[in-house]
Amino acid sequence: MAKIIVVTSGKGGVGKTTTSSSISSGLALRGHKTAVIDFDIGLRNLDLIMNVERRVVYDFVNVINGEATLKQALIKDKRTENLFILPASQTRDKDALTAEGVERVLNELSDMGFEFIICDSPAGIEHGAFMALYFADEAVVVANPEVSSVRDSDRILGILQSKSRKAERGERVLEHLLITRYNPERVAKGEMLGVKDVEEILATKLLGVIPECETVLKASNQGTPVIYDTESKAGKAYNDAVGRLLGETIEHRFLTPEHKSLFQRLFRRSA
Amino acid sequence: MNFFEYFSRKKNTSASIAKERLQIIVAHERNKLKQPDYLPALQRDIMEVLRKYVDIDMTQVEVQLENNGNCAVLELNVTLPE
Repeated sequence: MAKIIVVTSGKGGVGKTTTSSSISSGLALRGHKTAVIDFDIGLRNLDLIMNVERRVVYDFVNVINGEATLKQALIKDKRTENLFILPASQTRDKDALTAEGVERVLNELSDMGFEFIICDSPAGIEHGAFMALYFADEAVVVANPEVSSVRDSDRILGILQSKSRKAERGERVLEHLLITRYNPERVAKGEMLGVKDVEEILATKLLGVIPECETVLKASNQGTPVIYDTESKAGKAYNDAVGRLLGETIEHRFLTPEHKSLFQRLFRRSA
Repeated sequence: MNFFEYFSRKKNTSASIAKERLQIIVAHERNKLKQPDYLPALQRDIMEVLRKYVDIDMTQVEVQLENNGNCAVLELNVTLPE
């Protein structure tokens, strides 16, 4: 059986698609056959982040409606052997995502031998977001250290604990907290919520902390998931998070401000 | 935390205000979500009945359900006008 992991947040713009692209790539790079599905019907963007936007022929809704087979719609990633992308449709209405349809696609992927299915959730708590999380075994809740994002994450955690299929069966979705756009300098100055604060408020196990890093924008500009930028802090932090998702014990890093030398302080380095 | 940070750290940083506000609102919203769906309707019905006898408005009635182990207590708080 494939493990279904939803990447969700409630709030928009916190880094769900960035996270989905990097985590799915990371899992595939470690040899696990992985599919990543864009659930943001009408506003697809995962294709762009993963640089497959010009290779989209059929999409998720086409497969659900039986207008294309799953094999026809899956796009093979060109960077790694084990990764396939199922894009969202651009035009159809959101109601096209029926629970039966989504379940059928997930089961078929599982039968095809996929080990991991990453569901990239749309923002909000509407139908699309609900469909993305309903079948999940595990959830990566992405939050920025900022009040509205943390509050929305708590709402999503509540929904996972009450409305998911696992919850309906009296089981529990394994929840992970991923804090993105973290700025240790501002945390030290008391201008930003710290990791411990967010962890405490949400009472969820920390999967990783992705530092605010200019390489994230650079990566999306180029359509390369930032995990491929192995020199960057964000890339390293995502790689650590993938390891932890697979059960490895890896210490968290980039949580404290870097010590800058006097030379660096005088001449601010530009990357 | 180094020597200087220790003395420069103020208790009322914006981050600590954010944390405090979040803790309150999150706890409040979690409680609300745990309550059954019928509570608002129940509150409305109780209001209707009370209105037949006393002149009060919605804000003077508070309905809360508290779970204590295996029993639940429905608490009804009505502030009557003088």
